[in-house]
Amino acid sequence: MSSVATSAPAAPSANPILALRRAGPFFFVLALAALVYALIGPQQFANALTIGAIYALIALGYTMVYGIIALINFAHGEIFMVGAFVSLFFLGEQLGQTGPVRDLPVLLVLVIAAFLVTMVVVGLLGVLIERFAYRPLRNAPRLAPLITAIGISFILQNVVQIIYGPSPVNTPQIIAPTERFGLLGASIGYVNLFVLAAAVVLMVLLQLFVNRTRLGRAMRSTAQDREAAQLMGVDINRTIAATFFIGSALAGAAGVVYGLYFGNISFVIGFQAGLKAFTAAVLGGIGNITGAALGGFIIGFVEVTAAATGYFVWAQALVFTTLILVLVFRPAGLLGQQLGERA
Amino acid sequence: MTTQQPPPPAESSAQPLESDAVDPFASADLEPEAIAEVGPGVKDELPAQPGDERLLMRVVACTKRFGGLVAVRDMDLRIPEGAIVSLIGPNGAGKTTFFNIVAGLTDPTAGVVEFRGRRMIARPLRTWIEPILWVLPALLAVAVGLALGAPASGELGLAITTLVALGLLIVMLLLAIVRPDWYQRRLVRLGIFRSARPNDMVVAGIGRTFQNIRLFQNMTAIENVLVGMHAKLHSNMLDSLLSTPRQRREEERAAARATELLALVGLPGREHVVARNLPYGDQRRLELARALAGDPVLLLLDEPTAGMNPRETAEMTALISRLRTELGLTVLLIEHDMRVVMGISDRITVIDHGEWLAEGTPEQVRTDPRVIEAYLGSPAA
Amino acid sequence: MKAQNRRNAALAALVIGAALIAIGYVVGLPPVVFVGALFTAGCAALLQGEHRSLTIVAGMLTATALLPVIVLIQPFSTFSSQNLWIDGFSIAGIFVLLALGLNIVVGLSGLLDLGYAAFYAIGSYTFAFAASSFTGLDFPFWPMLIAGAISAAVFGILLGAPTLRLRGDYLAIVTLGFGEIVPIVILNSSKYTLGPNGIGGISRPEIFGFEFPIQNPWPFYLAMVGIVTITMILIYRLQDSRLGRAWMAIREDELAAASSGVNTVTTKLLAFALGASTAGLAGVFAASKLSVVTPNLFRFDVSFTVLAMVVLGGMGNIWGVAIGAFVLYTIQSVILKQLNQFFAAADVPFLSSIDFIEYQFLLYGIALVAMMLLRPEGLFPSIRRKRELHVDDAGEGPTTTADAMGAAPQ
Repeated sequence: MSSVATSAPAAPSANPILALRRAGPFFFVLALAALVYALIGPQQFANALTIGAIYALIALGYTMVYGIIALINFAHGEIFMVGAFVSLFFLGEQLGQTGPVRDLPVLLVLVIAAFLVTMVVVGLLGVLIERFAYRPLRNAPRLAPLITAIGISFILQNVVQIIYGPSPVNTPQIIAPTERFGLLGASIGYVNLFVLAAAVVLMVLLQLFVNRTRLGRAMRSTAQDREAAQLMGVDINRTIAATFFIGSALAGAAGVVYGLYFGNISFVIGFQAGLKAFTAAVLGGIGNITGAALGGFIIGFVEVTAAATGYFVWAQALVFTTLILVLVFRPAGLLGQQLGERA
Repeated sequence: MTTQQPPPPAESSAQPLESDAVDPFASADLEPEAIAEVGPGVKDELPAQPGDERLLMRVVACTKRFGGLVAVRDMDLRIPEGAIVSLIGPNGAGKTTFFNIVAGLTDPTAGVVEFRGRRMIARPLRTWIEPILWVLPALLAVAVGLALGAPASGELGLAITTLVALGLLIVMLLLAIVRPDWYQRRLVRLGIFRSARPNDMVVAGIGRTFQNIRLFQNMTAIENVLVGMHAKLHSNMLDSLLSTPRQRREEERAAARATELLALVGLPGREHVVARNLPYGDQRRLELARALAGDPVLLLLDEPTAGMNPRETAEMTALISRLRTELGLTVLLIEHDMRVVMGISDRITVIDHGEWLAEGTPEQVRTDPRVIEAYLGSPAA
Repeated sequence: MKAQNRRNAALAALVIGAALIAIGYVVGLPPVVFVGALFTAGCAALLQGEHRSLTIVAGMLTATALLPVIVLIQPFSTFSSQNLWIDGFSIAGIFVLLALGLNIVVGLSGLLDLGYAAFYAIGSYTFAFAASSFTGLDFPFWPMLIAGAISAAVFGILLGAPTLRLRGDYLAIVTLGFGEIVPIVILNSSKYTLGPNGIGGISRPEIFGFEFPIQNPWPFYLAMVGIVTITMILIYRLQDSRLGRAWMAIREDELAAASSGVNTVTTKLLAFALGASTAGLAGVFAASKLSVVTPNLFRFDVSFTVLAMVVLGGMGNIWGVAIGAFVLYTIQSVILKQLNQFFAAADVPFLSSIDFIEYQFLLYGIALVAMMLLRPEGLFPSIRRKRELHVDDAGEGPTTTADAMGAAPQ
């Protein structure tokens, strides 16, 4: 069924039609990008790319977890939210940062440290959740882990709300949002560039990890057929835990860049972002890593276009309508395999 | 319902099926009547023509690809009425895939399945017409509204037009979702064809079992059988909400029939045992009873003796032949156990690597060199 | 004919009990009501499992008669007056209805609906449009009860049709999105819905030309009891019918159900639509009871609360779910508040600084997770659900693989 398939060609076939079909979704996204660019101009386009990158990072976790244990991890959005708060805790409360850092080496160290700390903490949180909330239910009826996931997401939300209060909290924007450069007649913040770059680097690392390492291979084989993988000596529990760690860590990274980019966070951001990121994952073909990334950018485009053309309040409704349309017309998503079953 | 009701004799082979060479698609495209007969729920009882070989099911040029992998290629199969036909082949030969296609569970990439002369599964035809039907009334309403000068009469006219159009759209969509019989027939008349779904196949008269038993494990034996009877029962939601006499009578009759069926397969008195507490062999029997509950004409059995010891296997084999004679069933069997296949079958089709390899009586197949090479090359298990 | 005798005895108990309850209330003698309730409870006990509808009537009658009397006793009488209690009970009834409806979807058919509040909203706004000073229309309440149910069901079908063909999890996320979108749409279409202020001045029900008064909570209470009783009877009948068996079969193994002749799409759609229509019913009642509807009443927390009620009460068990919803609502709206006041007054060091109402959802979250891990069948499980959720006790049948509903045949 769905697998953590990357777009790495399954078979080195030289069939031009197949190659074209495989490239189709990418052309689609490029065309959409061009259209969006024409509609909203370079300034907003940069915003769309940035927001898309954040959704893409969150969507990766959804897709990986779904690929490996076929569970919609409802708590994933909240894990992202916790990531944003961990980053705030580390940068703001532990290191006492409040505003832009002008010194480039210091900034670099701070940013990398924030990423590392947040990703590790949030990744461990994901592993803990898997260990204590999902693993005992691995053979239970499907509804059980789903309900547990919802319970977990409420626990995370409320714990953060109790600690930080219900109103939005300011986060240190250590990359000055006022630092901008001109491009194509628009002035684009370095922070936009940074978010995009960070997302792309993480995605490339993930691709390399999944395709080139032993653990990555174990993940792919577990996604394909858990029992067979187990027979071949793959440690299923470890592999699933690793998947949760990586997925959650990526959501944590998204939390870090969210804080850096928007400058304030609240306990509700996880729910909204989670819903959109899930839409992105479905759009790209759930279980497919490249698809999730593409889907994230598409959602970013849709949302920012709606906002930029004066329909901000309808942006969410639009994203949701996109989800339904995709489910009706192409339930397997852009890059997913068409599901063979009809029952 | 106190006696076993043998299913009505399948008066089939409606279309002359004598020529195997007929291109299935050509016939589908050229004969509007043939298409009109198609479609789940449309009865088709043509008189039997004496002398014909009475075919119950015909599968022509069936192919299934999964991505680049061809699981089944160009399979043909003919099941004469009243026969026990077996499908054999080495592991991974595509037997179960083929079986799922015939049961309506998997869409074939190409090919046609006909059952009792009706085309059940084939390439979909003119499905694009349907969405047009959905929006047509709404568009018409808008057109009428515009023609009557709705915009000129201010906001009220526009509002009424919009509401009417929306209402029509919703009604059409609801129709498309609920799909009442007359709507279905209308679609068939427009030349729209969709393959039957598994439940349509049950209604048409096909019952099946699974290789790895798929009972409703937490329901009792009788409840399992009653679910199998689902398509045969007619009380609707309103009947059950009001608990009408009709519904109560039907429930009583259904329960009585289910008890009979359980006794027939050898599970008398086990009605209220939860399915998963039944021993393995009895679970297979229960699955058989569930398949029989839909009053099938054709029974599809996927390895009915898998995992059974020799005594249970013999009992199951005896049961299957008994069912055939008592209920006048036709059986399509997938089986690994060569002794079962050779002992029980009238015809055997051999499949290998997804392709048709040989067909004939057990004797013919046993001596066919191709079969021996492909399948029995390593002596039969 | 022993069964016949028992049934006659039960009927007699029911009639005597009802008469005593009526006399007790008219004369104002709680002990008489209490004795009457004993008779009706006896009737329910006598019929146990034989005549469902009568059992439900007797059970509901017992509860209806006892609740207003119980709140006169300490410590309940200190919390608030009898009238306020009864007012609260009719709102609890709304949640009982919601839980009963969601139970059809989640408990009986095994589909996860996370945007259930949306249908509740649709029902409410249907009545708000049909009978309020805002639109100037004044349709009568009782027919609108059905109309609200139908309009919610139509939305349910339109939403469910595309998603129910797919795997179960998609439904969860789509309904989650729908539940999120409906309040947003209401909020942002101020022209038609008055946005965040909501629609006020919604009419109250009438019976024989007599309109339910504002001051007296009894008519709403009794109407609610009637609606809940009828809903429960109907849902029980569905559960025991051909449709209910099909729902159960789909919950167990969708593929096998399809291969047994169940039209899975229509059957799931019916469950979804019936669940939605129950929410619509509750919505109409709520709109009339509260006389004002705002988008804030239908946020995600309502969906979540109702889901918690269903899960904690025992998925699939109609009585369990109803009791679970009632108890949970009472805890949430009364006990937590009382705890706050109690600890504040007693000045307990740590506890008095906690706002228990704020912790409500944290508690729900913990309860859900704990419930799924430790007692997945709920507090009042149905026998069947108990079997199903304790897979390991009875030895692993061949189910476990088939249980992953998406398991594809080879």
